[in-house]
Amino acid sequence: MTPNDQLKELARIRGLMDRSTRFLSLSGLSGVVAGVVALAGATLARYHITQSLAPGADVLTYGTGRGYDQADELLLTLIADAALVLVLALLGAFWFTWRRGHRTGQHLWDASARRLMINMLVPLGVGGVFSLALFYYGLPGLVAPATLVFYGLALFSASKYTLDEIRWLGASELVLGVVALFWLDAALLFWALGFGVLHIFYGGLMYLRYERVSKESA
Amino acid sequence: MIEHLNKAFESRVRLGIMAVLVVNEWVDHARLKELLNVTDGNLASHLAALEDLKYVQVRKRFVGKRPNTSYRSSVTGANAFRVHLQAIEGLIPKH
Repeated sequence: MTPNDQLKELARIRGLMDRSTRFLSLSGLSGVVAGVVALAGATLARYHITQSLAPGADVLTYGTGRGYDQADELLLTLIADAALVLVLALLGAFWFTWRRGHRTGQHLWDASARRLMINMLVPLGVGGVFSLALFYYGLPGLVAPATLVFYGLALFSASKYTLDEIRWLGASELVLGVVALFWLDAALLFWALGFGVLHIFYGGLMYLRYERVSKESA
Repeated sequence: MIEHLNKAFESRVRLGIMAVLVVNEWVDHARLKELLNVTDGNLASHLAALEDLKYVQVRKRFVGKRPNTSYRSSVTGANAFRVHLQAIEGLIPKH
């Protein structure tokens, strides 16, 4: 074997170790789509909040004591908005990741994908229930920071099963979430930064780094 | 350094099998086949060789009604793999 062959063999071995433990088919475009959907959702939420909120109202509760009809209407609108954003973002993520896996010939639902999903779904599921509880107790102002924190924790801990960028995305979401907790006036803005701008940024970065290049060489 | 190169790992398939097994717990036959892109027969003969050397452990069980065979690296196997990799790295001239 020449030194060049040995380098190639080492690269093949490292690739195998990586591919067998990490889910690498995650498409950056799914992040971009999720980001655009989140920005649209946040704009809609902001519109509804400013429409129905009296000036100087409490940002923690959006002025909603329990039992006020109009406030309950606002909460239902916000929950529907959030649910719609979640569904559209997930659909986009699955579609682009499926398409990429299909193109590169990788199996989408292999052991590494399952491991990534389980590690994401546990913190995210608990975060979802926690957020619904915040709505239930009439504290919708805390929902935006809470979703940032839970999402950041999920990404941060699951990142060892997928691309390295996800670790940085998770850490950034955590920073925004923690700051937003103490700055509830601007929590929706932080939410838009975290779920909108960061997704577009990291999604675009991942696309440029891993996908555009592989398309050229294919 | 050459003396550390392991004859058992002269086969690319065997080296590939060990690479997957040292970073995973129990990997089944189908998954190994998919990752390494080899035929069933080829994979089976290399796995048998590694089993004879006590580099891998084998677990046979039923998943539903279908038999399922999984493998993992033994401590001996993992150490042998590491020594071999270091030996390959040592052969590459440093710039």
